Amino acid sequence: MARTSNVRKGLSKQLKIDLKAWLFIAPALVFILTFTVYPILRSLWLGMNQLEMGMPKPYFVGFQNYVQLASEPLFWKVMRNSFAFSLLTVLPSMALGIGLAIIVNKKIRGVGFLRTAYFYPAVMPMIAIASTWMFIYMAQYGMLDQLLASLGLKSLNVLSSKKTVLPALSLMYIWKEAGYLMIFFLSGLQNISTEIYEAAKIDGARPWTIFRKITLPLLAPTMLFVSTIALTNSLKLVDHIVIMTEGAPNNASTLLLYYIYQQGFIYFDQGKASSLTVIMLVIMLTVSMLQFIKTDTKIYYN
Amino acid sequence: MKKNENIIPATLGFILAFVWLVPLVWLIGTAFSKASFAMSLVPNSGFTLDNIIYVWQNVPFGKYYMNTILIVVVTFSVQCFTGTLAAYALATMKFRGEKLVFLIIFIQIIIPNDVLIIPNYRTLSDLKLTDTKLGIMLPFFGSAFGIFLLRQTFKTIPLALSEAAIIDGCSTMQIIRNIYLPSSKAAYISFGLVSVSYHWNNFLWPLIVTNSPENRTLTVGLALFAKSKEAVMQWANVCAATFIIIFPLVLAFFIFQKKFINSFVSSGIK
Repeated sequence: MARTSNVRKGLSKQLKIDLKAWLFIAPALVFILTFTVYPILRSLWLGMNQLEMGMPKPYFVGFQNYVQLASEPLFWKVMRNSFAFSLLTVLPSMALGIGLAIIVNKKIRGVGFLRTAYFYPAVMPMIAIASTWMFIYMAQYGMLDQLLASLGLKSLNVLSSKKTVLPALSLMYIWKEAGYLMIFFLSGLQNISTEIYEAAKIDGARPWTIFRKITLPLLAPTMLFVSTIALTNSLKLVDHIVIMTEGAPNNASTLLLYYIYQQGFIYFDQGKASSLTVIMLVIMLTVSMLQFIKTDTKIYYN
Repeated sequence: MKKNENIIPATLGFILAFVWLVPLVWLIGTAFSKASFAMSLVPNSGFTLDNIIYVWQNVPFGKYYMNTILIVVVTFSVQCFTGTLAAYALATMKFRGEKLVFLIIFIQIIIPNDVLIIPNYRTLSDLKLTDTKLGIMLPFFGSAFGIFLLRQTFKTIPLALSEAAIIDGCSTMQIIRNIYLPSSKAAYISFGLVSVSYHWNNFLWPLIVTNSPENRTLTVGLALFAKSKEAVMQWANVCAATFIIIFPLVLAFFIFQKKFINSFVSSGIK
């Protein structure tokens, strides 16, 4: 008798805690559910509908949007562009980030100034960076073309050539991102014990050997997690396209998220834009899963 | 011996720092010198405030400033409120469905808001909130980053403290206010710096949501100005406008460099 009442008391106590916890979480949860979870489901649904300007209601078409996308050369071009932009930005900005982190991890006078100089682009809006770099890249009168002219070279007009537009945008982005990635590598470096380095030095190891055999392997977990950040950031970048190229020339600089924006809000084809959103969600999910699969297998031995 | 060791990285470091600062120096130099047709790294004309004054008078940057400040402040305040409550529950209570809550919060960390512009814009028009400041803010009122950051900090506060407070007759709200808030100031500052920088700089969502100058933010205003006909080849004016929108944040960063960098480290780790 006493026992059952105790159990009941225990249950109701747990129920009270459950209710209280959910009540506390509810305000945050409502917004996350409405603007992150629900829209994911909604794009899955809208992606299977035809929904263009002037249509009052979506019209269910199944997977037709995806079939159509797959047969569209422009879609593949956009995918190639996004892939190229990520490739051109992620690895160089990570490599540069490691280099900068090694520099600011040394006891140099004025190291605070160096850190500030490398990191400040990360607190500037992409829009401001793009509108500044537009003048660097501007045809003929821009800083780059003027520099080339003063060296007696032909002006490049990088933003209007198919071949140079993505590398030019990538260079700008590497400049912005390297300092941001630097701070993660810096905290990674600071976690490596100085004893290892001292031991290596006593053994007469050269700086390059120390870097290859000690620093790089011990930074591996940091690199893995920074690569997810860098990849996600580069995939979702769109502001610079809006202000600098709008996808020109001939869609050579149209990236996936810009394409979604263009289809959804300039051409008002929200069905197609939703299928593109679903494709982008799958890519994002894959990118972040990558991190877990690999960390499970090895790398953490620090 | 020890000093020589660092000469190469130090030299390289300062050369790189110079390269990194070129765009900012040029931007500020151009914003404050007389407009000239030829572009050069070192401004070749005298100092002037004309560009800033011209831009301030011809573009409603004052209005954009008010909008941006309002959006940044309200967003962060609501995030603090929802985040504190959720973090408290996740840090101190064992309850059923905990895993589900973590999963939902985790989804927000993986999927950046910008990817969901299409469905979220539809939700906003269902709620009749397009072209409003509330519409710009609403999707950000629950911040997964904030919840995780605060939960981590709350977990370091010994439960014995709040147990003692309960015996003394304190309510949960009092415990949060008197024990948890004061011991987590550093976390709130980090959260604030990351949140404010994000929303000050955010562009795509406010661009889509707004279509009247009444509700535009600084970034949207700058983009529209930089692309307008009157800005073509007028780099002095565009630089002045750019300077106007970046200087509060960049200045704050230059002063509180360390704090900013530490906060952004926590933003990545989530």
